[in-house]
Order: sequence, then structure tokens, then C-alpha cells
Amino acid sequence: MNENTEINKDKQKASTTHKIGIYLWIWGLLFVLSFFSYMVDWYQFQGLLRWSLILFFMFLKAGLIMAFFMHLFWERYALVNVLLWPMTAIACFVGLMVAEGKYTVFTRLIYFVLGE
Amino acid sequence: MSDSSFQNLPKGWKSVPSDLGSDQTAFKGVQWGKAMMWIFLLSDTFIFSCFLISYMKGRASTVVDWPNTSEVFSLDFMGVPVPLLLIAIMTFVLITSSGTMALAVKYGYEKNKKMCGWFIFATAIGGLTFVGMQAYEWSKLIHEGVRPWSNPFGAGQFGSYFFMITGFHGTHVSIGVIFLFIFARKVFRGDFDTGRRGFFTTMKSDYVSIEILGLYWHFVDLVWVFIFAFFYLW
Repeated sequence: MNENTEINKDKQKASTTHKIGIYLWIWGLLFVLSFFSYMVDWYQFQGLLRWSLILFFMFLKAGLIMAFFMHLFWERYALVNVLLWPMTAIACFVGLMVAEGKYTVFTRLIYFVLGE
Repeated sequence: MSDSSFQNLPKGWKSVPSDLGSDQTAFKGVQWGKAMMWIFLLSDTFIFSCFLISYMKGRASTVVDWPNTSEVFSLDFMGVPVPLLLIAIMTFVLITSSGTMALAVKYGYEKNKKMCGWFIFATAIGGLTFVGMQAYEWSKLIHEGVRPWSNPFGAGQFGSYFFMITGFHGTHVSIGVIFLFIFARKVFRGDFDTGRRGFFTTMKSDYVSIEILGLYWHFVDLVWVFIFAFFYLW
């Protein structure tokens, strides 16, 4: 029994402290990804390529920060779910406002630009 | 709850209904302050999302051309205008400070007072550098005639979104810097080793506070990732 609790303590310790290597790796990756997203502007990529690259690097960076720097990778799913599900509400909101924005610019073009 | 009972709980997706439907605590192994910080960060996510969504809608619905950000935010380096130079440096400074914060949390849990304190101090310096560069950027744009209602580069909404979004983010960084300095002092004074009681609370200090501070700081970096992508690069 005594031995068992010792093992559990070690496991508990392992869940809060991690090897320095993982942090340095993520740190390095974030630098590289930031450099790449800066290069998107540097080489003036346009159109679909531009915004798909921007989004790709953005989500990758955000994911790395949340998973490893903010320790979500090691947290129990109950907490992770509470944090990530509300994001779908935000995604819905984005979708609604894309449609709304298109409608607004459509009416503005008709009444302001064509009307003159 | 004790460490041993924590290990015997279901893992994976089965843990969600069992944790949320369990007695006393829903977030097993998560200190209450950490759970509260996460919930605060979630609410902050909603605020920043509202700003960015309103920016998206404003930019999508204006009939005037949006200012070309890579020209507006270019910086002269040895007489050559380099696009987004200052913003790129600010991004790297913030990522650096995020990395030092992650190491501070690690050394905090290892109860390495000296390393933890110095890494928090380095993080604070990084944050201060970031705020300084942002102040420079603001004053540069204000000199060039950017106002919340108009600007010489294009659509008038640009200024209001720029000042609102970067201003709100800068406020978060500034508050973070203040707390980083306070916590660096607390670490060096040994509060977390002796369990000295805090100024605002009667509870004993614990190194988990460093992780909570770290969560806030990484969140500030996280928001910058989105601002950098949507406002500066898009």
C-alpha cells in the first residue's frame, strides 16, 4: 500500500512537471511558424493561397501554445471540453457575420455606388 | 482529493461524463484558481472574438478599399521600407516571452526559486519591450494622421478597429507585466517556499500560482497570434 502511494505520487509529479526538451521544441516550432507566416507577407502571396497559409500557420501556432504551453494536452477531457466547445459558438457567429457582411456590402453597392 | 484516488478515475472520453457527474469537483486534479483562470480566459476569448468578428464584418462591408497593411505598417530600415518589420519583431518578442514563461512554470513546479524568478523577470522584460514597441507604433500612426474616424490610407473604419483591438490587447499585456513583476518579487522573497500568505488573500502561497500566471500570459500571446494573422497579414 505504502509503495503504491509512492508510485502514484511519482505519477502525479509527472503530470505537472515536464522535461525541458518539450518546451524548447515547441518554442522553436513557434519561431519557425511565425517566420513562415511573416514570409507569406514578404513574398506577397495573394488570394486563396495567402489566406489558407495564414489560417494554417495561425491554427498550428494557437494549437501548440494551448496544448503544450497551457498544458491542455495533459489536462483531463472534462476541462478541455469546457474550453473548446464554446469555440463552436464563436465559429457559428463568424459564419453569421460573414453572411451579414456580404449582404451589407451588397446593399451599399446598390444604393451608394449604383444610386449615384 | 488525494493523489491515489485521482489515478483510478476513468480516462479518455469516458472521463467526461464521470468527471462532470461526480461528487464535489468536476475538474479533477485542477486547483480551483486554475479552473477560475481558465473560465476567465474563456470569457476574455469571447470579448476578443467579438472585436475580431466586428472587424471582419466592418472590413467585409465597406465599399472603400481597405488600407494595405503591409505598406501602412512598414518600417524604414537603412533607408529601405521593410513591410511589417516592427510587427514581426513584436511577434518574436512575445513568443520569446511566452517561452520564458513556460520555463518559469516548469522551474516553479521543481521549486527552483532562482531560475523561476529570473525567467518570470525575463518574461516581464519581454512584455515591457512589446508594450514599448506598440506605443512607438501607435505614435507613428497617429503622426501619419490615422484617427478612429478617418485615415489617409483608405477605409475610415481601419483606425477605430486598429486602436480598439491593439489597444485592448496592449492593456492585457500591460496588466500582465505588472503581475509578472509582482510575482518575480514574490518568488525571490521565497513566498512560495515558505507558504507566506498573500496581500489580498489569507491563503498560503503555492507554486501553482505561477502556472495560473503563465496561463494568462500564454493567452495574451495566443490572442496576438490571431491579431497578427487577421489584422496585419490578411
